[in-house]
Amino acid sequence: MKFKKLTAIAVSALVAASPLMANELEFPSISYRTGPFGANGAEVADGFSDYMTLLNERDGGIGGVRINAEECETGFNAEKTVECYEATKDSGALVYTPLSTAATYQLIPRVTADQIPLLSMGYGRTSVSNGDVFPYVFNFPANYWTGASVIVNHLLDINGGSLEGKTIALAFHNSAFGKEPIRTLEALGEIYGFDLTLLPIDSPGQEQKSQWLQVRREKPDYVLLWGWGVMNQVAIQEAANIRFPMENLIGVWWSGSDNDVIPAGDASNGYKAVTFHNVGTDFPVFDDIQQYVVDAGLAAGTGENVGTILYNRGLYQAAILAEAVKVAQARSGVADITAEMMRDGMENLVINDEIMEAVGLKGFGPNFTVSCADHGGPGLGAIQQWDAASQSWSLITDFIEPDMEVIQPLIDADSAAYAAENGIETGRCN
Amino acid sequence: MLYREAGDYKKSYAEDSQTFPLKLDRWAYYALLAVAFLVVPFVINDYWASAVLIPFLIWSIASLGLNILTGYCGQVSLGTGGFMAVGAYASYKLMTSFPDLNIMIIVLLSGAITAAVGVVFGLPSLRIKGFYLAVATLAAQFFLVWLFNKVEWFYNYSASGQISSPTRSMFGFEVTGPTASASAKYLFCLVLVVGLAWVARNLTRGRIGRSWMAIRDMDIAAEIIGVNPLKTKLTAFAVSSFFVGVAGALMFAVYLGAVDVGDTFGIQKSFLVLFMIIIGGLGSILGSFIGAAFLVVMPVLLKNVMVGMLGWPSDMSSYLELVIIGFLIMLTLILEPHGVAQLWRVTKQKLRLWPFPH
Amino acid sequence: MYDQLLYGIEAAINGLMTGVMYSLVALGFVLIFKASGIFNYAQGVMALFGALTLVGIQSGQVPFAGLINAIFGTNIQNFGWELPAIAAIILTIAMMILFAWMVERYLLKHLINQEPIILFMATIGLAYFMEGVGDLMWGSDIKKIDLPIPQGINNTIDSLTYDWFGYGFYIDNLDITASVLAIILVVTLTIFSQYSSTGRALRAVADDHQAALSVGISLRSIWVIVWSIAGFIALVAGVMWGAKSGVQFSLSLITLKALPVLMLGGFTSIPGAIIGGMIIGVGEKVFEFVVSSSWFGDAMGFTMNATENWFAYVLALVFLVFRPQGLFGEKIIERV
Repeated sequence: MKFKKLTAIAVSALVAASPLMANELEFPSISYRTGPFGANGAEVADGFSDYMTLLNERDGGIGGVRINAEECETGFNAEKTVECYEATKDSGALVYTPLSTAATYQLIPRVTADQIPLLSMGYGRTSVSNGDVFPYVFNFPANYWTGASVIVNHLLDINGGSLEGKTIALAFHNSAFGKEPIRTLEALGEIYGFDLTLLPIDSPGQEQKSQWLQVRREKPDYVLLWGWGVMNQVAIQEAANIRFPMENLIGVWWSGSDNDVIPAGDASNGYKAVTFHNVGTDFPVFDDIQQYVVDAGLAAGTGENVGTILYNRGLYQAAILAEAVKVAQARSGVADITAEMMRDGMENLVINDEIMEAVGLKGFGPNFTVSCADHGGPGLGAIQQWDAASQSWSLITDFIEPDMEVIQPLIDADSAAYAAENGIETGRCN
Repeated sequence: MLYREAGDYKKSYAEDSQTFPLKLDRWAYYALLAVAFLVVPFVINDYWASAVLIPFLIWSIASLGLNILTGYCGQVSLGTGGFMAVGAYASYKLMTSFPDLNIMIIVLLSGAITAAVGVVFGLPSLRIKGFYLAVATLAAQFFLVWLFNKVEWFYNYSASGQISSPTRSMFGFEVTGPTASASAKYLFCLVLVVGLAWVARNLTRGRIGRSWMAIRDMDIAAEIIGVNPLKTKLTAFAVSSFFVGVAGALMFAVYLGAVDVGDTFGIQKSFLVLFMIIIGGLGSILGSFIGAAFLVVMPVLLKNVMVGMLGWPSDMSSYLELVIIGFLIMLTLILEPHGVAQLWRVTKQKLRLWPFPH
Repeated sequence: MYDQLLYGIEAAINGLMTGVMYSLVALGFVLIFKASGIFNYAQGVMALFGALTLVGIQSGQVPFAGLINAIFGTNIQNFGWELPAIAAIILTIAMMILFAWMVERYLLKHLINQEPIILFMATIGLAYFMEGVGDLMWGSDIKKIDLPIPQGINNTIDSLTYDWFGYGFYIDNLDITASVLAIILVVTLTIFSQYSSTGRALRAVADDHQAALSVGISLRSIWVIVWSIAGFIALVAGVMWGAKSGVQFSLSLITLKALPVLMLGGFTSIPGAIIGGMIIGVGEKVFEFVVSSSWFGDAMGFTMNATENWFAYVLALVFLVFRPQGLFGEKIIERV
């Protein structure tokens, strides 16, 4: 009897996962609040979810249709990502934001086959910005290659326009994510005459003494940090230990969160990172979040994360996607849009000051437009710096442009190779 | 009463040595196969295939493989993840180098390549025993993962070091790639599982299997009665790695479609397969399947109950999932240290007498 | 070549120190393996759990806050106090002792006389369980350890070596602290096991369970003691590693660094754990230094990097082929 009951529960549990069509805008949030990167994943997921909750509570959704941003926990695990994807894709999912480069690689062929858009904001496969080859995948407003280029441009700025004879070391997570910027940096190195030293660090990266001893011996002028999770905290601590000047250590946006600098305490003061959105809570939208979400007890997390770098990134992602929904609704004339309309909306997205001001995020991110051929946007990035005394980040530059003349040929080459390998017909955008 | 060994008469040697000598077992097995081959493919959807059945089948192959090595031959191995990676990368290189080669042949060849690699890493087992060997096979795990990450030839010099599987079909049905249908992928894996399980079952009943078990139970004694430890241990490594390699190839080509080696074939996968065979039952074919079901289907089930039905927050649920799985592992071991397969044996014993007390 | 030699020596000394950090984790393994023949997979999770508990108690976090809030709809996070470090440490140790008692009472008691692999599996279940409980209790955010642990380059050594060799060696103060702690731990453990009656009982149990039982030693209380000590060592390891990276989930993965140390030093030898750690540390650092250097590249035509993960295991494997019981392990005697 007991066993029968259990079986009944088990079967109904598995059945419950099968799709139900609902009259809602489905934003399945594939998140990871547990596992080795849980601390970071939770902040992004909180930002994403809180903004969607805000839209529901304050505006009643987008265009009158409520949003369902249910989370599916992956623990940063490839198999669970597939499970989450399969569990949600038939429920009318509008767009996926998997927040993991490895998962993005896995999902690119799947979303293309299932015709659901995917937005990898600042991660994933860089060459997807060629919309001709990747019709369903977007990576605006910035990607790893533009990020690397923005850092180099910033270094050019502070070195009076020349990096001739300088050495730059890249300390990177030894995975698809960490390897992404290498080719760009090599290409830029040839142009600007700096030497690139590669320092791969194996996951998880708790022990990096060899790499930092090498930095200490070879004394590179700058070290770029391309890490995620525990690797960042250890790298910043080790850099401080060898008295490497913090302002010469520059991280990618995934190495520039509050979690990364706080464990090292005062030693991390002056650490820089590139970012594609603004920092802090000095924007009107945060008052609304406080009022409608946190004070109402609807926050996804504890509410403590509001305003951290990664929270802002999740929020930015949600805000941009909400704008894309509005575009899609306007273009199709339907409020309860489908994935195909969403794709169309994302492809015709225009972000400018007016739009950002309307949602209380003026100056939060750069302006950009997306087009059929260009799914990546202009790739503007700014440099943020950590102030340990006030425990806060601040932007120290404007949004800088990357060297698209260098990056575009790389994107074209890589996407052409992908198209050839997978027999994709191009010319969609002509 | 319900389950009897007695009264099942055999009239020829062939009958006596068939895979399932008991009529009841045989019929149950045929019924299961009929459902698996004739019913499931028609009702399966993408979710069931990708989240439940295909991973279950693939992990079953891997745990069958490890069970041959650990359960039957007594050589504890923690290199399973690394050997799966060999299978995956072998199939990737074969698929991209020989686009016209049949996918079934590719998968089996990947298994063969893994078997060769397994034999090399099995050599230290002649000197090193017990837990020391377990940790020694970790050398294989870490070295292989590092190698696939480091040598660009393995991933065809792609920028990110990821490999993704191209589309390949069999009998006109796509079995790999994003557009392959759920039932095609499922059937492809199922055929391999049934074939390999049959091989494993018969190997372990025969001369080779008996020599494995002799080595497991007391290697010096086995050597004295004429079992060659070098040959026996290395065949166990070869066969086991073949299974594991096939599982790795399927994992990459059919199930995930794209692989980042450190992430997908990391050390935790080696542990996972070891957990499966211990929970399922060491030295039991059925146990390999039960163990795979326990550790693959159970988390999905728990997640759906807690998040889908009870509506708990997803992070809380996944912590609770850990707590529950940990608790169940400990409970299983306390109640039945020889794995769930032993429970089945006890049940059979009970069924033999039921409903009479003696 | 002179400077390369100096760099090599620096790498070796750092390896020595890092090795001690590995040994801190390995020590807990050895203790439990000696006393009960259990290969305790949960040692890494115990380190995480200990460090989490310490930080949580010290900063006045409410345990299970997330769970309580989810069930009762409350919003409590913090008791609002800051405990002094010493009080927090004592409370954490009490917690680890309670944990040891519970492990014995609810798990090990039921598994007496089982095969080693079953016991190993049970500790894996325990690891899962504790990982979940730890996260539920204290949350999964990254926490900073608020103890006065020295960190950063040691200036005295730096300037001294600069005067001597013209190149200042980099030694991390944290590593020095860890080494001192490890020495204190090993000496205390040795004295404890040689001269105290409990220590003698402990060694008796390690030698032969049944013989120990027959002379009236309570196996169960010995196990509680051993697990408590292992819990304390895990706490020390957790704090040392956590000082570097913040206390977070990844701390539980340091087990993987301890495994080659164990098999090299032998599962049953406390000095073996320390010396094994040093050999592994020096080996992997020097190997990485050599194969990633440009002169190696010039000579061989290729360089390698990020080799540390596998090199430790390969090194241990080579040692094992010549000494299958580890450097300091007891000789395996097989009877037919």
